[in-house]
Amino acid sequence: MKRHLLSIDDLSLDDVETLFATATEMHDVQHRSVKKLPALRGRTVINLFFEDSTRTRSSFEIAGKWLSADTINITGKGSSTSKGESLRDTVMTIAAMGVDALVMRHAASGAAHQVSQWIDASVINAGDGTHEHPSQALLDAYTLRRRLGSLEERHVVVVGDLTHSRVFRSNIALLTRLGARVTVVAPPTLMPSGVGPWSAAAGFATSYDLDEILPTADAVMMLRVQRERMSGGYFPSPREYTVGYGLTRDRLAVLGPDVPICHPGPMNRGLEIAADAADAAQSAILDQVSAGVAVRMAILYHLLAGDEAR
Amino acid sequence: MTRQPDTTPALLIRGARLLGGDAADLLVRDGVVVEVGSGLSAADAEVLDADGLVALPGLVDLHTHLREPGREDAETILTGSRAAAVGGYTAVLAMANTSPVTDTAEAAERVHDLGRAAGIVDVHPVGAVTRGLGGEELAELGLMHRSRARVRVFSDDGRCVANPRVMRRALEYVKAFGGVISQHAQDPDLAGPSACCHEGELSGRLGLPGWPGVAEEVVVARDVMLARHTGSRVHVAHVSTAGSVEVVRWAKSQGIAVTAEVTPHHLLLTTDLLAGYDPTFKVNPPLRPEEDVLALRAALADGTIDAVATDHAPHARHDKEHAFVDAAFGMLGLETALSVVASVMLDGDAGEFGWADVARVMSTAPAAIAGLADQGCALEVGAPATLTLVDPAAQVVVDRDASVSLSRNNPWHGRTLTAQVRATLLRGRPTVLDGTLVGG
Repeated sequence: MKRHLLSIDDLSLDDVETLFATATEMHDVQHRSVKKLPALRGRTVINLFFEDSTRTRSSFEIAGKWLSADTINITGKGSSTSKGESLRDTVMTIAAMGVDALVMRHAASGAAHQVSQWIDASVINAGDGTHEHPSQALLDAYTLRRRLGSLEERHVVVVGDLTHSRVFRSNIALLTRLGARVTVVAPPTLMPSGVGPWSAAAGFATSYDLDEILPTADAVMMLRVQRERMSGGYFPSPREYTVGYGLTRDRLAVLGPDVPICHPGPMNRGLEIAADAADAAQSAILDQVSAGVAVRMAILYHLLAGDEAR
Repeated sequence: MTRQPDTTPALLIRGARLLGGDAADLLVRDGVVVEVGSGLSAADAEVLDADGLVALPGLVDLHTHLREPGREDAETILTGSRAAAVGGYTAVLAMANTSPVTDTAEAAERVHDLGRAAGIVDVHPVGAVTRGLGGEELAELGLMHRSRARVRVFSDDGRCVANPRVMRRALEYVKAFGGVISQHAQDPDLAGPSACCHEGELSGRLGLPGWPGVAEEVVVARDVMLARHTGSRVHVAHVSTAGSVEVVRWAKSQGIAVTAEVTPHHLLLTTDLLAGYDPTFKVNPPLRPEEDVLALRAALADGTIDAVATDHAPHARHDKEHAFVDAAFGMLGLETALSVVASVMLDGDAGEFGWADVARVMSTAPAAIAGLADQGCALEVGAPATLTLVDPAAQVVVDRDASVSLSRNNPWHGRTLTAQVRATLLRGRPTVLDGTLVGG
């Protein structure tokens, strides 16, 4: 396994299987009364979050703690400007304290990639702008595998603001690699630029019509629509978005009873997902959260404890 | 504009190939070419052996950022002048987006005077079109022109004069004194301040804010129509797309007074260099795909694009060591421009393009656009001895640490380029000899 996890492209298929196997073991730990493993004792993991996050940061924090790493959270406020400290100075300062891994979230695409070239510690990308969020994709695929078994030839439908979604970008890379047939659905204004040649090269399908796609779905992944996109710039109104692209009660009825419904959270209930769908028996949303800790334990374990194993 | 010739000893340049053609000797006295021929001799003259070198009129850069006043840690008028001379330049137009902005006669005179004091190249300040580059009220265009800086080129470069009413008035107003507006064409609603990657498949994959070519093209199209309507001259700075080229070509066919420049980097570097998120390659307008690059080369060859201009944009290291979207726009260009143009154009696929064409696009045409009478002159008797001597066969590996610029944001680092400036003369006085600065 590579030293950094910046992108799904950093992982081979074998790496993914290794991570999933470890995550399965870690998942069992979550159900024990004593959850702590000694694997990363003496290791220091810094969660460096330049952007607000509750679930990803706490998920990484719990993962680190259950592996006995010393886990410290640092919240860097505001993205750097030319007058402020440079990103390089910020991370070099933290790295100089002697850390083994930097779990980093930044509002700018590519930030984790840049940082990995400056410091010696392992860099784990916990979301960089609208680029990638590899641990989210891993926990999504892990969750779907537990529900569906192999994803080979299974039809996964990803719906929402694709342009601004790092979850989409990591998921498309991982799901296609695992053999899934993926269709991404969004209004044209929320499709990333160049999606035509991209989808052709990467082997996924695109559609503007959710109702045409939904009946053949084996799994549905709804993406959050950011509030700042709603003011008429990308689509006319939240109401119109819901009618076109929301997982409404009517659309829920079209899905088979075993079709898992995923959402990376936080949800806009009533906008991209109806409460009935979010809380349906087939919803995998809370499973995703629980899997998140196990998958992140596996990531930390293999990137850090893996040193001695190599 | 007349200027006292610098008093220098007589100089005999021996065996230079004028514009890459036949070899000739040039005898220079008091800064002026007094004799051109073969087998010249002058007992009192120093001899400059130019055997095998190509002689071009000194290069003129329509688009340079010298950063002084305001960011003297990134470049000064002195260090930028040095970089220019090393690159074969004898005149540069210094953009107005300094701090304070060059939007008054006093500010323009200060840049002018600092350039004179440095004395390495002619530094001509570009005046801002609007006060403080604010895009709303006209700057004191006429006073800048009447100042001893004699400003003729105006630009809000870095920002677009987006308001069509303001652009119209600026175009009309500068007609009174033969001025020209150099437009940074970027519709701010189609490509906002965070736009930093050519909008296309790569920006979609990388999740970088897209800068679509159409944001440039709509402004170029609007401006040529405004130029037609007002009967004024407009100059399009750093054209970067095939669509803009089409518009300019059409406008010229209609007799509209439009000129255009292209940067060396848009002639060679492509958007895929952004895949590693290295801010060295972050520039505005952004690097474009191969098809745009090829269209720009063809347009430069056929005269649709008049000039090569560097958009030399030095930045302190820490201003580039941010996340990609937060890092400063711009790259160095003065020292490498001629080599890039030679590498790309001379034996490229852009058709017949020779050293005379290099002289046209890097000296004669930009001098004419900027109205510089004593630059870009033919290498003949009576002309100022303002010229550069180039080794056309040299293969140079660019080393950013060898730069005389104060900054290191050099996208050419490690590349092998063809042709190298060996000497630069400003009115008979060598500023560069043997490829290195004189007295520096």
